[in-house]
Amino acid sequence: MSKATDITKINEHSPYYDITPGDQIYGGGGSKKFNTGEWRTQTPVIDWDKCTQCLLCTPVCPDSSIPVSNGRREDFDYDHCKGCGICEQACSFGAITMKEGM
Amino acid sequence: MSIRERMSGNEAVAYAIKQINPDVMPAFPITPSTEIPQMVSTFIANGEIDTEFIPVESEHSSMSATMGANAAGARALTATSSCGLAYMWELLYVAASDRLPVVLALVNRALTGPININCDHSDSMGARDAGWIQIYAENNQEAYDNFIQTFRIAEHPDVRLPLMACQDGFITSHAVENIELIEDDKVKAFAGEYHPENYLLNPDMPMAVGPYANSPFYMETKMNQRLAMENAKKVILEIADEFEKISGRKYGFFEEYRLEDADYAVVIIGSAAGTTKDAIDELREQGIKAGLLKIRVFRPFPGEEMAKVLSHVKAIAILDRAESFSACGGPIGSELKAALFDFKFSGIAVNYFYGIGGRDYTVAEAKAVYSDLIAYADGSKPVENYKYIGLRK
Repeated sequence: MSKATDITKINEHSPYYDITPGDQIYGGGGSKKFNTGEWRTQTPVIDWDKCTQCLLCTPVCPDSSIPVSNGRREDFDYDHCKGCGICEQACSFGAITMKEGM
Repeated sequence: MSIRERMSGNEAVAYAIKQINPDVMPAFPITPSTEIPQMVSTFIANGEIDTEFIPVESEHSSMSATMGANAAGARALTATSSCGLAYMWELLYVAASDRLPVVLALVNRALTGPININCDHSDSMGARDAGWIQIYAENNQEAYDNFIQTFRIAEHPDVRLPLMACQDGFITSHAVENIELIEDDKVKAFAGEYHPENYLLNPDMPMAVGPYANSPFYMETKMNQRLAMENAKKVILEIADEFEKISGRKYGFFEEYRLEDADYAVVIIGSAAGTTKDAIDELREQGIKAGLLKIRVFRPFPGEEMAKVLSHVKAIAILDRAESFSACGGPIGSELKAALFDFKFSGIAVNYFYGIGGRDYTVAEAKAVYSDLIAYADGSKPVENYKYIGLRK
């Protein structure tokens, strides 16, 4: 069994011999370290005055980027939110708006 | 004591699969390879092996399921021919880049179109750049012997590449020949079992197979595939040595037949080598120094090794059983000529096409090739570099 892959050490400067056969990644949870949020062209912003904490936005997020703690949603996980805008559509209170750019 | 039997090439491969008892075989029928999954499923139905057989709805699915099973940790294989291989196309590259050591029993058949069920090598030659190891058989014995060695080569930690074990459709797949089988216990000990270091069903170390590899990683991934292919050369010879110990039969990258002192040589793949050997024996009786190089391993390509053993030959005919429509040669012709150039071959090398779509190739036609080579070498005939055997004119 291989050791868990340290993906922070595999980057665009890595020589071919430091890359695993078949690019396989050992050890789970690697996607946490992969900042897919930088693909975003639109960014959701929450207006906490309008948010009722109904939590309808959380389950529709395809990237699990709306964290919930003690029954209340927190701010977006911008490291992984790709800006799809589904949460804006799901919000019944107009609390989420999509802004242009990151 | 080995077992003397008579079998078709498909039976021989199915028998090898029975002796190896792999974990998973997804398959979809296509002529002329259909008998292989059919026979294996009979072995399973009779309780002779415990391979999991998955009847799938297409070859795209059979290759996908084979790869999935293999990534999960199983020794997995499938069989196909012609358009079945074409339908696996996108997965062939994925199996190679994901470094999944799956095995494919390929029974060579012409690709459609026009539609044709007979033998040529257009299917596997079309897939020659997919990153698979390719090993070819001349006869049923070799189809059996090659197959027993497949998993050991593919799964070797220095290799980890998919492997295609090829035989000629109908000519070997359906013709019954005498064959010498190896005892079950010896095959079982030789083939062993698949215990990969990492596999998807290992709860102690979850893993990702086939992640996205854009421009910062794709080229390095391909370099690693190439290194694995280079490693395969060493491993193929090691496994062949080990196989010789249990079978008494010797294999390498290619077979040399009366080549050592030959002035004129044919280079060929597959069953037509046997026809050429008969022609050579007749020519040798007339004092003509004819010889043959029969390629067994086409991927990795043993260019340097072939150039070395051909270096003394005056004229070489490279026979291709597949067109590549470069309009200047076929796959073996262009690759071998490149190797001959690299290693400073100073003789004549001519490319022929034969057996396309199952066209006959006879001893008389093989002898005519040698007559051409003699005439090219003594300058009595201008060298033509793109010839057909058996084409109506």
